[in-house]
Amino acid sequence: MDFLTIIQILDSTVRLATPLLLACLAGLFSERAGIFDIGLEGKMLAAAFLSAAVAAATGSVWLGFLAGVGASITLALIHGLASITFRGDQLISGVAINFLAAGLTVIVGQSWFGLGGRTPSLSGDARFNPLEWPLAETLADIPVAGPLYAELISGHSILVYVALLAVPTSWYILFRTRFGLRLRAVGENPGAVDTAGISVVRLRFTAVIICGLLCGIAGAYLATGLAAGFVKEMTAGRGFIALAALIFAKWRPWHALYACLLFGFLEAIGNRYQSIEFAGFILPVQFMQALPYILTVVILAGFVGKAIPPRAGGAPYVKER
Amino acid sequence: MSLMKSFLGAAASLALSAGATLAEPALVFDLGGKFDKSFNEAAFNGATRWAAETGESFREVELQSEAQREQALRRFAEAGLNPIVMAGFSFGSSLETVAPDFPDTKFVIIDMVVDQPNVRSVVFNEHEGSYLVGMMAAKASQTGTVGFIGGMDIPLIRKFACGYVQGVKAVNPEATVIQNMTGTTPAAWNDPVKGGELTKAQISQGADVVYAAAGGTGVGVLQTAADEDILSIGVDSNQNYLHPGKVLTSMMKRVDNAVYEAFSAGVDVETGFNVMGLANDGVSVAIDEFNEPLITDEMTAAVEEATAKIVSGEITVHDYMSDDSCPVM
Repeated sequence: MDFLTIIQILDSTVRLATPLLLACLAGLFSERAGIFDIGLEGKMLAAAFLSAAVAAATGSVWLGFLAGVGASITLALIHGLASITFRGDQLISGVAINFLAAGLTVIVGQSWFGLGGRTPSLSGDARFNPLEWPLAETLADIPVAGPLYAELISGHSILVYVALLAVPTSWYILFRTRFGLRLRAVGENPGAVDTAGISVVRLRFTAVIICGLLCGIAGAYLATGLAAGFVKEMTAGRGFIALAALIFAKWRPWHALYACLLFGFLEAIGNRYQSIEFAGFILPVQFMQALPYILTVVILAGFVGKAIPPRAGGAPYVKER
Repeated sequence: MSLMKSFLGAAASLALSAGATLAEPALVFDLGGKFDKSFNEAAFNGATRWAAETGESFREVELQSEAQREQALRRFAEAGLNPIVMAGFSFGSSLETVAPDFPDTKFVIIDMVVDQPNVRSVVFNEHEGSYLVGMMAAKASQTGTVGFIGGMDIPLIRKFACGYVQGVKAVNPEATVIQNMTGTTPAAWNDPVKGGELTKAQISQGADVVYAAAGGTGVGVLQTAADEDILSIGVDSNQNYLHPGKVLTSMMKRVDNAVYEAFSAGVDVETGFNVMGLANDGVSVAIDEFNEPLITDEMTAAVEEATAKIVSGEITVHDYMSDDSCPVM
């Protein structure tokens, strides 16, 4: 394996990890506030569809982006309404959102474009094109650092950098601000937060909206950054892999980055090599594809440290009278 | 009075016989959906062509989940629809149980063999068509490396891959063929992002022509190939128009012809085993105004020669599904 191959695999890792990372951070905010969210997949799918549809209709990727994020936040608010206001079961509400998005995207897409739930192919300004960093061309010839800069750091769509910046931002918000402290407290012991005179409902809704925003960016990146248009069910389970990454990362932002990069890396390796010879054994590609799930199960079973979810997660808050 | 009676009797028997022969045909799509730009869409096109030519109507259903297969077949059969055409190998086991329950209904299954007296099984020689596009890929390639991206890892897709590799090697025995399967679950048919990523991985390994046999995932493959300025090869339907000048050709599987023929024959459709290959236009290579500039005379000549030889039996393209192995891989 030469240096260029490694760079290409890492480059692919970054692209594949980005939607996972955004969805994982989305789940992080929601679950830290005590709202379990298995509707990440549905929100991403809705955002992917509307961003591609509006971008195709208007020719502007940014209008599409706004529409996609809007769709995702709308679904997040429905989830919030069901599980915070009406104290419904969070898991059921999440499943409902997944079904709603899977069905609505195809039906609306079919009546809008008549392409069987697919949007037309996007081109030009209707897509997020790669950003070339300054001097990428000139520096590319420098050994080692040149390709690293030109291939790996430069040349991604802007949403990739947004996702990477979201990690320290999330960490700062959650662990260094008053809002973050309250958000975490509301996921551990909402009664205490309420006693302090802070609205649990409001905090949880804020968390759910942040979750919608991040899922929206993830979906828009899938449809207008990585692919060029929407295809039904195009999220292909990434929302659930993000949940696995969230557990793997034990609900911490930096660890979420590492987990998503690891999952992306394993997928990139699987894409590049159909089977890998490792110390005399041949590892089939299916093993690489299954590895993220195996790792998550190992974590959940408590072999590599313990994954303890926020204590008040999954339970609607009922104020005592 | 007796005249009236015989008139009525004649009218009644006419109505009865009309009812029997004018049974509507039905078409059941697979999970890829009616407008997948590929396999199911070809089936749909065959059905609409029949409807436009005859002015008659047909019934159709798109499945949403695996569980609906048997249910859909039973509902259509109970409603008296005849013949019932289903597009996709996955219907095999459902049809196996449903067909004996409706001995008077004719079923047509595409891409699968079901051995029942009232079933017509249509299979395609995809390996022959893939052989031809493999030859074209090898001739168009500058680097000597070409790629194959399959959808779900099933024997049918390996059949495409095996034929393709044989075609490539027939032109250039030194050529490298990089192969990837998108996944092992039905989600692999609808993952354009992964398709694009696999294409990039193949390009970085030197591939400059990529053949996608992957349903909706193929849309991502063709898009990425066009973005990265290499050639791609479409599948099932003619996909040349998706990226003019960037799609070398498409391996057309004339599912539309199979559906059209079944619908035209109506309730009298012949049951049994039916193979559609190069000899009876079951598979072919798409050449139209969108890819004409890419096709050299040499390619056309080679393809025509190979077609003639395959039809005459001089060249035998190995069928992966005959023994679940491929001699060139």
